[in-house]
Amino acid sequence: MKEHYLTTPLNDEAVAALRAGDRVYLTGYVYTARDSAHQRMFELLSEGKPLPFDIVGQVIYYVGPAPAKPGRVIGSAGPTTSGRMDKFTPALLAAGLKGMIGKGLRSREVKEAIKTYKAVYMAAVGGAGALIARSIREVELVAWEDLGTEAVRRLRVENFPAIVVNDIYGADAYEEGTAKYRTIELP
Amino acid sequence: MREVNVSEISETIARLSQEANYFLPEDVLAALQSGRQAEESATGQAILDEILENQQIARTEQAPICQDTGLAVVFIDIGQDVHLVGGDLREAVNEGVRKGYTEGYLRKSVVFPPVRGKNTNDNTPAILHLNIVPGDKIHIVVAPKGGGSENMSALKMMVPADGLDGVRRFVLETVSKGGSNPCPPVIVGVGIGGNFEHVAYLAKKALLRPVGQYNALPEIADLEKELLGKINQLGIGPMGLGGKVTALWCAVEVAPRHIASFPVAVNIQCHAARHKEAVI
Ligand code: SF4
Repeated sequence: MKEHYLTTPLNDEAVAALRAGDRVYLTGYVYTARDSAHQRMFELLSEGKPLPFDIVGQVIYYVGPAPAKPGRVIGSAGPTTSGRMDKFTPALLAAGLKGMIGKGLRSREVKEAIKTYKAVYMAAVGGAGALIARSIREVELVAWEDLGTEAVRRLRVENFPAIVVNDIYGADAYEEGTAKYRTIELP
Repeated sequence: MREVNVSEISETIARLSQEANYFLPEDVLAALQSGRQAEESATGQAILDEILENQQIARTEQAPICQDTGLAVVFIDIGQDVHLVGGDLREAVNEGVRKGYTEGYLRKSVVFPPVRGKNTNDNTPAILHLNIVPGDKIHIVVAPKGGGSENMSALKMMVPADGLDGVRRFVLETVSKGGSNPCPPVIVGVGIGGNFEHVAYLAKKALLRPVGQYNALPEIADLEKELLGKINQLGIGPMGLGGKVTALWCAVEVAPRHIASFPVAVNIQCHAARHKEAVI
């Protein structure tokens, strides 16, 4: 397992160095967005309107955090299932999005778009929200407060832990990992 | 008749909602620890270490193990010699969820109506399973259930001729299709028999059985062992990145069925297998 310490925003060179299965520690800013925020961003793009933040080179983290306890910047904040965002993702990648953090499988279209637009899909450990919250230092609302936990927020992160799943070369860490350890055929 | 004020039920549910979300049950913790021993993939080991560290942080900080603090699934067995006073039971249950989720800084994940709905902002209503039993006690279980693993669950109306082979195939297919989505290592709850709605309930009930405790029927216990072994041969591993530990446990519950039907349900539970119980 290779380890990379990366700073956001990401450029082509940084993304090209990442291979499926590598460990990544991200420092800088990431933007939160999940189901409803994706729907809205997708609508804005289709109407030719600007997004609530400059998406070029940025990383989106699929998360709906728990409320922050007093004295904390955020509550538990682990990844949500990425596949629900698949429908909207190619359009965001075309607009300049460079990285995504979530958990779970992506569609063929998303994997193709990751290759075409030179981006990366990373997984954080699902259900490790209390641990992950420790790497989140600041939280700032960017848009759509009405969406509650689903609003777009800008997180300042330090050494946010993730694992590369889909790289620009078309590799998929889920498929490779599972194939390596599978000892049964589906009946 | 023993009188119980429903406000006591609200208080209990409020407390259980929080405790369930902060403290991973001991049996699940032990299963994760032995899973860490059994795992051969280096990535899988690292992930299990993070999961173990996470539950420790949650425990000490009284923070949710996972940000998806779930739909509150509440099971209440009420003794038939209990007389409830002081209000509407269902409202009391929701009041408990409201209080627990609000005061405990738990995420509110319920929307209504289901299509283009708005967040109810207090995580109500709960999913309530009520049962009348002998005695004068009230047994309450709060089992918050996240969306990621619930979404990977499935139900199939098979025919009797499909038999055990059909069950094996369906369970393996369902876990395999879920892949990394339900946050493996998972616990697999299987229901066999009953009818359409009952089999789903059986699968959910199976998830409440302590990890390590087999079904009392020997042939079902054998099936549980076999299914767990096969699931762990799928190679999905921790968080789906490959490994030996795809499931921590598989529990099967059965019920009588119609001669023409053979319902099977598979309820997938993520490693954040949260539930907490109390007796009033
Ligand atoms: S599947 Fe479970 S552990 Fe994973 S995000 Fe959902 S609730 Fe959390």
